[in-house]
Amino acid sequence: MNPNSVSVMCSLPPLLKCMNLSRKAPSRPDIFLLREVSFELKRGEVMAVVGPSGAGKSTLLRMLNRLDEPTGGTVRLDGRDTREIAPRELRRRVGMVMQRAYLFPGTVAENLVFGPAQRGETLATAQIESMLAGVGLEGYESRDALTLSGGEAQRVAILRALANDPEVLLLDEPTSALDAAARESVEMALDSLIRARRLTCVWVTHSEEQARTWAGHVLALEAGQVRAWGLPEEVLGD
Amino acid sequence: MIELPSELERGLVDCAIAGSLALVVLVLARRHAPGLLRELPVAELRGLVQIVAVGAILAFLLHGSSWVAVPVLAGMVLAAANIVRQRAKRIQGAFPLILAAILCGAGSVLCLMAVTGVIPIKIPILIPVGSMVIANTMNTLSLFLDRLQGEVKAHTGEIESALALGATPETALLPGLNAAYRACLIPSMDNIRSLGIVWIPGIMAGMVLSGTSPLFAALYQFVVLTTIFSAAGLTCLVASRLVTRRLFSENEQLLLRS
Repeated sequence: MNPNSVSVMCSLPPLLKCMNLSRKAPSRPDIFLLREVSFELKRGEVMAVVGPSGAGKSTLLRMLNRLDEPTGGTVRLDGRDTREIAPRELRRRVGMVMQRAYLFPGTVAENLVFGPAQRGETLATAQIESMLAGVGLEGYESRDALTLSGGEAQRVAILRALANDPEVLLLDEPTSALDAAARESVEMALDSLIRARRLTCVWVTHSEEQARTWAGHVLALEAGQVRAWGLPEEVLGD
Repeated sequence: MIELPSELERGLVDCAIAGSLALVVLVLARRHAPGLLRELPVAELRGLVQIVAVGAILAFLLHGSSWVAVPVLAGMVLAAANIVRQRAKRIQGAFPLILAAILCGAGSVLCLMAVTGVIPIKIPILIPVGSMVIANTMNTLSLFLDRLQGEVKAHTGEIESALALGATPETALLPGLNAAYRACLIPSMDNIRSLGIVWIPGIMAGMVLSGTSPLFAALYQFVVLTTIFSAAGLTCLVASRLVTRRLFSENEQLLLRS
């Protein structure tokens, strides 16, 4: 059974709630990049966002942690309007992994402590070792982050986002730039992290297989609007 | 008949000889660049008129108060800021920031040097040295802003990753600022490093030609180049503080995305 099935979560209040979320193109205010998108995500649930290129999937994600500003609608995190939360605090609580790892120059350990260091905190060495071991990167803490392979780098990027202990994790096609072997290694890492930590995720993906495997809900976008929203089998078919 | 001072007469003869030599070279090379041969007389005449006009203005200013240097240098700063603005087209409202940066950087360094007597408060020194400092600051600031915008464009992902991890805009932009700052000061640093070995700059040659001791001229050239470095470095430092916030919205979103 899918561990993130919506039926398990239906009694909980939504952790993340979007209402009529919209964004117009900055240079063309007459064009909507995203128009009146609404959904709810409960704690511990994984929601896949699918749709063709240009459908507005990444735009939606970037508005959830306010890397982009919505031009309409609201986002509520645990009942609170995200506009009332300071951007840095919001981004700590809503982590993000991008299509590419974008690791910073330095060691793997330095990348992992980057988020906590912004708040004057750090991670214990044992904690770093344990995190890396959990995704098959034992002994990588002192490795140069910029020399890692694509799959290794993306696993470090996921851990780097999780080092902030976010309430919601946004995944923007984290495996789309990887070859098959690297994609499998990242999927395995995500699978263990999602199950072990009961992560709440919004996962943008082009892969129906990923959506069926991990998502409790699927949001299908097309031309910036919601085409369908529901259980994977309802949206993606059998 | 008007009698010219012998020095001016001599100068005009020198100009005629030098200008003719350039024409002779292009006559010899007319097969390779016939167009240049037609352009050169006009270019020479234009250049001569411009430089003589500047010389005449300087000759007039020499007899005025030293305070005349202030509006002249202020005009140069305005012109420099306007030119640098062309390099910062993607940064909204860049002109006042650039102007403030040059005034704080080059302006304060020039004032300090004038107050301490390193640059004598005399028109024939203050204006040429001031113009060198402002012109080099302008070039350095253009390089800085151009490189900074390039860094942001090339590393948008890294900058937004840092923001997404809860970093401040200043922290997220720091690697790009460091790269731009270092790159823009390399030419000035190389000028100081190669002083006397690769080139003997014009101001030293001019001082020696005008009868100053070569040793003092050499020391003063060092003063001018390090002053230029200080002014350019301080200007870019101020600009980095002022411009950073313009690259982000009030909600700490990167505005200058690739």
